[in-house]
Amino acid sequence: MLKELPTLWYDAASEERTVEELATQKRILSPLEFFIRTPIERLFAARPLSRLSLSYKPGGTLMPERIPDDCVGLVEYQDLHITEDLLLECGRSLPGYTLRYECYGTLNSARSNAILICHALSGDHHAAGYHSPTDKKPGWWDSMIGPGKPIDTRHFFVVCSNFIGSCKGSTGPASINPASNEPWGMDFPMVTVSDWVRTQVILSDHLGIDCWAAIVGGSLGGMQVLQWAIDYPERLRHALVIAAAPNLSAQNIGFNEVCRQAIMTDPDFHGGHYYRYESKPRHGLALARMIGHITYLSDDAMGQKFGRETRLGKSLSYGFDIDFEVESYLRYQGSRFVEHFDANSYLYITKALDYFDPAAAYGGNLAAAFASVQAKFLVVSFSSDWRFSPERSREIVQALYTTGAHVSYAEIESHHGHDSFLLPIPQYLRVMRSYLERMAEELGV
Amino acid sequence: MNQTLRRDLQIIADWIRPGSRVLDLGCGEGELLSHLQQQKQVKGYGIELDDERVAAALRRGVPVLQQDLDSGLRQFASGSVDTVVLSLTLQAVHYPLDLLLEMLRVGREGIVTFPNMGHWRARWQLGVGGHMPMTDVLPHTWYDTPNIHLCTIRDFDALCHKNRIEVRERVVLDDRRRNTASNRILPNLLGEVALYRCAKAD
Repeated sequence: MLKELPTLWYDAASEERTVEELATQKRILSPLEFFIRTPIERLFAARPLSRLSLSYKPGGTLMPERIPDDCVGLVEYQDLHITEDLLLECGRSLPGYTLRYECYGTLNSARSNAILICHALSGDHHAAGYHSPTDKKPGWWDSMIGPGKPIDTRHFFVVCSNFIGSCKGSTGPASINPASNEPWGMDFPMVTVSDWVRTQVILSDHLGIDCWAAIVGGSLGGMQVLQWAIDYPERLRHALVIAAAPNLSAQNIGFNEVCRQAIMTDPDFHGGHYYRYESKPRHGLALARMIGHITYLSDDAMGQKFGRETRLGKSLSYGFDIDFEVESYLRYQGSRFVEHFDANSYLYITKALDYFDPAAAYGGNLAAAFASVQAKFLVVSFSSDWRFSPERSREIVQALYTTGAHVSYAEIESHHGHDSFLLPIPQYLRVMRSYLERMAEELGV
Repeated sequence: MNQTLRRDLQIIADWIRPGSRVLDLGCGEGELLSHLQQQKQVKGYGIELDDERVAAALRRGVPVLQQDLDSGLRQFASGSVDTVVLSLTLQAVHYPLDLLLEMLRVGREGIVTFPNMGHWRARWQLGVGGHMPMTDVLPHTWYDTPNIHLCTIRDFDALCHKNRIEVRERVVLDDRRRNTASNRILPNLLGEVALYRCAKAD
């Protein structure tokens, strides 16, 4: 079925995409224009349409109606190289490693206004702004972070770090193993959510932040926030846990295993050492992404977006070529993902998800795991999220309530499924803004 | 910081012991809990369904849990709080008795307030005017109201008696939110809002 995965399967499946591609075309500027426009103008001319109110006039030009002043603008990542070995939860140790991170806003002199962002499976340290004026898209949480946005960089110093095991800059399976002088592949030690939290503690120490004003994360990021609150209760004042769960359900582990099998049974996988052959398990990783993508959306969202529309309105092929828009879309998502994500990282990160279970050390009693938390919590879930359902968030809330912790819970009405946590849903932004404004006021920042 | 509370909320606040644990069902924008946190060092949680009110309560720094009261209080352990408050919300839930009994399971004491349909103005509007009452506390038209289980003070007393709910204290406020001697003589006629402090009798 997946014999070939050309890079451009996608034509007109979603309006957003089409318009965005138009925006990309319009981005090519004449040399004169290029020098006349200020870099900032060029930057914002390059922003994708979905985040801005743009007016597209057929045959005319594509321009932002106004230059948004709520974007952090151009940003750069930083690397922290750590020479000491990191003893991991699995018992092995990682000899020297790199943590890649980004910062937005300004750390105040009391160092009391720092917010740490924890990213999810396919995320990275690039949460907001642009790396270059030619970037098509801003960081993955640009709708949430920026001057005047819910995580307001006029008040807060925001840090987002890439976790180890990833392929986005921090040390991971695609990095060079000093012992063999070739990429680690599956020789990379297994990493867990607690390991990530410990590396983030090392980063906190490096930045001189004893106590974060808040640690915020969605999905797997939310799990890191929970682990922080349990392992380092005195090092965060607020914990914002979004679309998360206290552990993965059997169904969730099942999905992850199917994804891993898709990768590991790809003939190009070579036991995880595909780097040697300058190949990668493209089909397997694309398939994993397609499966993942279905589970991150809701039935309603897919129905609304694609229905049973056929590709380009063509009639049925009565064969195994693409008939439906949804097939085209999934294949596009899969093939695009392969271009910027490492298959081994996908394996390691999904395993870290499966292993996460802070209550396990307390006989399955989540409230006991939370016994020593000091942070105030905001837990947020989304009505149509069936991968990390509202029920799972309510388990977290109930356990926190039992311990007497200061906890708030908001359930956001949304039909976008698990992906909702990345989207600018008005009530979601309002809840985050209300909470963080109050927090800024209490902290006097 | 010390904003003046609405008179009915002030009476509820007076009934709550400093430092106690409180659950406020239908907490609105968290006015009562915010006051209790500041003035009485109460550890409180609000429950609210409405999106805007949840955001407003968060803005006040009140812990609020977004939930439909009609889904019950199963997740709250028995006796896990000192007082459960249900302020002007009883009439808007689908199963008022179930909720009342649940309140008295979760809290050692319950505070219930409701608009009294026995108030003379409501009686006048229905009895003489011949139309469904619309008052300050019941401002909605009959076809567009969240208030689906209206009762009088006499009705509520009967409900408590039948279900072995002990009424520990009752205050009735008239249409100018006063607690006068005449209210105490003719509560069901002069009271526009009734406030009860109660517990399960067993």
